[in-house]
Amino acid sequence: MINATTALKAESRDLNFFYSNGNQALKSVSMPLYENNITALIGPSGCGKSTFLRCFNRMHDLYPGNKYEGQIVMHPDNTNILEAGVDPIEVRMRISMVFQKPNPFPKSIFENVAYGLRVRGEKNKRTVADKVEEALKGAALWNEVKDRQQDLAFNLSGGQQQRLCIARALATDPEIMLFDEPTSALDPIATANIEELMSELKNKLTILVVTHNMQQAARVSDYTAYMYLGELMEYGDTDTIFTRPTRKETEDYITGKFG
Amino acid sequence: MTSESLKTKVAVLENLDVVRAMIRRHKRSDIIFAAVGLLALMLGLLTLLTLFLDLVMDGYPRFNLTFFSEFPSRRAANAGLLSAWVGSVLVMIVTFLTAVPMGVAAGLYLEEYAPKNWFSDLIEINVSNLAGVPSIIYGLLALGLFIYGLGLGESILTAGLTLGLLTLPVVIVSTREAIRGIPVAIREAAYAVGATKWQVVKDHVVKYSQGGILTGVIIGMSRAIGETAPIITIGALTFIAFLPPSPISEVAPFINFEWLGSGFTVLPIQMFNWLSRPDHAFATNAAATGAIIIVVTLMMNGTAIYLRYKIRKNIKW
Repeated sequence: MINATTALKAESRDLNFFYSNGNQALKSVSMPLYENNITALIGPSGCGKSTFLRCFNRMHDLYPGNKYEGQIVMHPDNTNILEAGVDPIEVRMRISMVFQKPNPFPKSIFENVAYGLRVRGEKNKRTVADKVEEALKGAALWNEVKDRQQDLAFNLSGGQQQRLCIARALATDPEIMLFDEPTSALDPIATANIEELMSELKNKLTILVVTHNMQQAARVSDYTAYMYLGELMEYGDTDTIFTRPTRKETEDYITGKFG
Repeated sequence: MTSESLKTKVAVLENLDVVRAMIRRHKRSDIIFAAVGLLALMLGLLTLLTLFLDLVMDGYPRFNLTFFSEFPSRRAANAGLLSAWVGSVLVMIVTFLTAVPMGVAAGLYLEEYAPKNWFSDLIEINVSNLAGVPSIIYGLLALGLFIYGLGLGESILTAGLTLGLLTLPVVIVSTREAIRGIPVAIREAAYAVGATKWQVVKDHVVKYSQGGILTGVIIGMSRAIGETAPIITIGALTFIAFLPPSPISEVAPFINFEWLGSGFTVLPIQMFNWLSRPDHAFATNAAATGAIIIVVTLMMNGTAIYLRYKIRKNIKW
């Protein structure tokens, strides 16, 4: 299951995170992200997995008072993306995100995918159209929408909307893609589509996914991290975590005895 | 069947009757409340309708084109609204051009850029409060500021700015409400692809809140068009038998701003003037003007509802 290349794409080093109300949501989390692999974050609600994920694109910067300590280093350039001098917008240009509920803009299908390019100042219509097509193909949506790209995005079904959001995140050639429980609002068939898509996408980029669904983590991920109360309890390749976890807590959670 | 189970069956049936009686009783309250509600609604609507019909019937003799194309006159039958409706239109243009950009910019700033602290809370309270300040206070402010302070005179510009101030809080409040209606998920989606704050504001926030802002603007303007007190305070003339210079001229640059400095009257002032005449024939003119003001207001509010519906149709989250 593990891809041949296991170069390090990013890693968090002793990452602490504090919300503006003073709550410490992450406690010294150190974890690698391997290139062209899918890393899954599992754990009970409130364990900090979404908080951890949202550190990677500095989403917490949108709300005043949140504070990071420690580092998230991206390779090969060794940039600490949490450093004060690094613009969160630059980080978001390299690391894109797919959210829990499909959140397309109330714009056309085409404009949804094109928005990332527009933000980057791409004016050439040909380039934009090509990129949009490429992204829609990459998100396995092209065949369903190629003849109605000017339709409003909310006319699509929930599963299609989520693939549209993946296309939007894909159009700008990100190095890492973050998925925050991407299938929790979808039916089983749409979920299977998204999972299949993620497995294909990892050939192009690195994926970090938060999931509440144990089977999903087992099915799609190469590495799994179990978090609890803001701490990284256990990290390893997915097979090991699911078959021979070293910690009792991990086993209890995975087998459904807890959480 | 044993007598025991028969008894329970009877009990169940009797119980069912009790339940049905109870449901009937509850439904009666439903009907009573609906009737009271309808009555309350009708009282309000019918009062307005009666007033409107009364105005229409009183003013009926004046509903013809000459009423709109004639200047005021000493003879009631010849007196028209020309200077008043032209004045109203010009004043509204100034009001629109000042209240909308300032109100939208202020609302955007407060919602998107201003840090949230005690100071912004204070501003928030004041803005909401401003919307409720009696309009005559605005008139006094305008008299002091625009006429004595800035020397703008008893002009269309002064009136437009005064009504602009009056409309401003309504625009600010409706802008903020429209912006608050945009889900966090949509903002985060925009930021997540690398948009700057300004890109988010210009490509998303403003676009999606247009309907709400527009509604607020029109409702604010429809209030302003009927305002009388502040216009009297700043000294609007009541008998005007001339038109301000045309904003569009025949020679380059085809546009001039002389009209801004012109004396003027507006519909409610003209109506007030006619009402205060001892000659009863002028009451007909006043009634006709009143009916026209109501129709204009209704049309503006109708447009607001239509535009909101049309814009909302294309925005769902």
